[in-house]
Amino acid sequence: MEKLKKFLISYAVPIAFSILCVSAVLIAKIPPIFLISEIVRRLSRNTFLVLSLIIPIIGGLGLNFGIVLGAMAAQAALFFVVDWKIKGLLGILIACLMASAISIVLGWLAGLTLNRAKGREMITSMILGFFANGIYQLIFLFFIGSLIPFRTKQFLLPEGVGLRNTVDLYGTVASALNRVWTIRIGMVNVFVLPLLIVAALCLFITFLFKTKLGQDIRAVGQDMHIAEVAGINVNKVRIIAVIMSTVLAGIGQVIYLQDIGTINTYNSHEQIGLFSIAALLVGGATTRKATIWNAILGVVLFHTLFVVAPSAGNRLFGQPQVGEFFREFLAYAVIAFALAMHGWRTKKILM
Amino acid sequence: MDKVFGWLKRIDVPTLIIFLFLIALFVLAAFTNVSIPSLLSDSIRRIGMNGVLVLAMVPTIRVGTGPNFGLPVGIIGGLLGALISMQLGLTGFVGFWVAILFAVLICIGIGLGYGWLLERVRGQEMMVGTYMGYSIVAFMSIMWLMLPFKNPDMIWAIGGKGLRYTLTLDKYFGHVLNNFLKFRIGGFEFPTGLLLFFAGACFLVHLFFKTRMGLAIDLVGQNERYAISSGVNPSRARLVAVVMSNVLAGVGIIVYAQSYGFLQLYQAPLFMTFPAVASILIGGASIRRANIRNVVVGTAVFQTLLTIALPVLSQVTRGDITEVMRLIVSNGMILYALTRAPREA
Repeated sequence: MEKLKKFLISYAVPIAFSILCVSAVLIAKIPPIFLISEIVRRLSRNTFLVLSLIIPIIGGLGLNFGIVLGAMAAQAALFFVVDWKIKGLLGILIACLMASAISIVLGWLAGLTLNRAKGREMITSMILGFFANGIYQLIFLFFIGSLIPFRTKQFLLPEGVGLRNTVDLYGTVASALNRVWTIRIGMVNVFVLPLLIVAALCLFITFLFKTKLGQDIRAVGQDMHIAEVAGINVNKVRIIAVIMSTVLAGIGQVIYLQDIGTINTYNSHEQIGLFSIAALLVGGATTRKATIWNAILGVVLFHTLFVVAPSAGNRLFGQPQVGEFFREFLAYAVIAFALAMHGWRTKKILM
Repeated sequence: MDKVFGWLKRIDVPTLIIFLFLIALFVLAAFTNVSIPSLLSDSIRRIGMNGVLVLAMVPTIRVGTGPNFGLPVGIIGGLLGALISMQLGLTGFVGFWVAILFAVLICIGIGLGYGWLLERVRGQEMMVGTYMGYSIVAFMSIMWLMLPFKNPDMIWAIGGKGLRYTLTLDKYFGHVLNNFLKFRIGGFEFPTGLLLFFAGACFLVHLFFKTRMGLAIDLVGQNERYAISSGVNPSRARLVAVVMSNVLAGVGIIVYAQSYGFLQLYQAPLFMTFPAVASILIGGASIRRANIRNVVVGTAVFQTLLTIALPVLSQVTRGDITEVMRLIVSNGMILYALTRAPREA
């Protein structure tokens, strides 16, 4: 009985969300085949990004809202790959390399910043994301085409400066990873390569925490002072954790965008942080503890709700808008709830 | 001379940069054919318009919970007050004061709940506040569609259900404060009522911090243990501070809306928070100390900067660079404040 209670408390969020998902699916009356094919596709599209959040959580930095920096790096890389007309897998590879290079620099800067704001890393990483968004807009709205050369005129605004709202990846790198190996099961398309990459990342993360570096990250996450006394360079380890997260987010965003096929120049990266974090938390992670399974379960649950919410809202209230607002509300509320739980527990430990 | 250096040392580097930038913009404006009087009257209007919202940051900073990133929570209360006043069909000053009255009542209610939550999450108030703000805005978006408001000016013309995105206040209490005792000198327009209201609000907050409760709030923010030993109840002080901030946010949005002439619902409350936080920081506040002077100076500098930048910079560059500038300046300022050495912060 005691065990059951403990189980219910520690998995309260995933259980509540499962119930919500099942009822929304029943209300929405969406064809199950459609739902399954959407979920499978979203698993291959979003899981990598969600996984990129795990390392800083274990490193004690909390939810890294700074993954949007990685996403911006990926978009910057893709703009140039598209401009240079590099196609297919080679394009993806070059985009990943460039995104990683930019992400290392950005992650290093983010790590330095977060080390100066110990104890309020989450809010700082969030503001850092907004700040970086300003710089990103400055570069791609005002500098590109004027200071930075860009040849593909059809992606530029009519004056020749600044990118348009959407940049098309069709004909260059769209679905380049998906197309390599597709298995059809009935009506459901399974994109094997992205799923394999996700599996590889899962293995990498598991392996990482068996190495010396991984153990150091864990030690820093448990108690910075004890880790310091034990001879670990805490600041360096934290910076490494942030860099890894940013680089993974960069690669994750490339995978995400090649599936979507178009880049919303000024929006694609903004939503990524919110939805990835919400998905991870829905899967049962907290701001101090996260596993690979939290990520996978979270993507399935969160995106089920994401797919069915508008039609469920339509059936219940006669307005699809209600469903859309409801799904947005859930994303925010889940994060607010997880943060509140985090604050609650930290306070209990302190007392 | 020493005095000047001492004064310079106390100013933050970013504040200095922003100030110099502002002066540069004025110089630039003198060379272009932008009408400076109309720019000045725009700036003055926007200072009064945003001032009360910035003022809402003071109580929470002083009690030690950081800037109130949950500003939308209070704004929602203010919007509800304004909506009730409109639904009752009240116009002019009656409408305005009734809106304020309802807003204060609702904000006290919401504020008590919000303060209770923040007390549970000590140390994470900024983050929890931010996401409480986001959540309540999304939740209220559903409510705006469902609440039984019936005034045809407020709901969608087609379908007859759900509130519109922006409501025009012209027939209700739009510009009542702005037009109160307004006078003009050439092209320069001075919204006396608006500034009087802002000054009054500042004065009330200033007075409040002279009372017993206000001093208790200050004490809790400076040293909680010392406060306890002096017989102050820190939880209660924090609750009062949060409620007060909430009420100021509610009043602030009504002042903002009447000056703007429109009431903005749905996503709009989200875009109020970060500029307000940035304003008070630009005025020289940190995340642990703030006073009324920071509010006035910060709002004046930031709003003037935004007003002047648009017409001046649009003559130098193509497109609207001010929106980007606002993002960089406000978030850069918050980032700077968050990363300052702990002894300062």
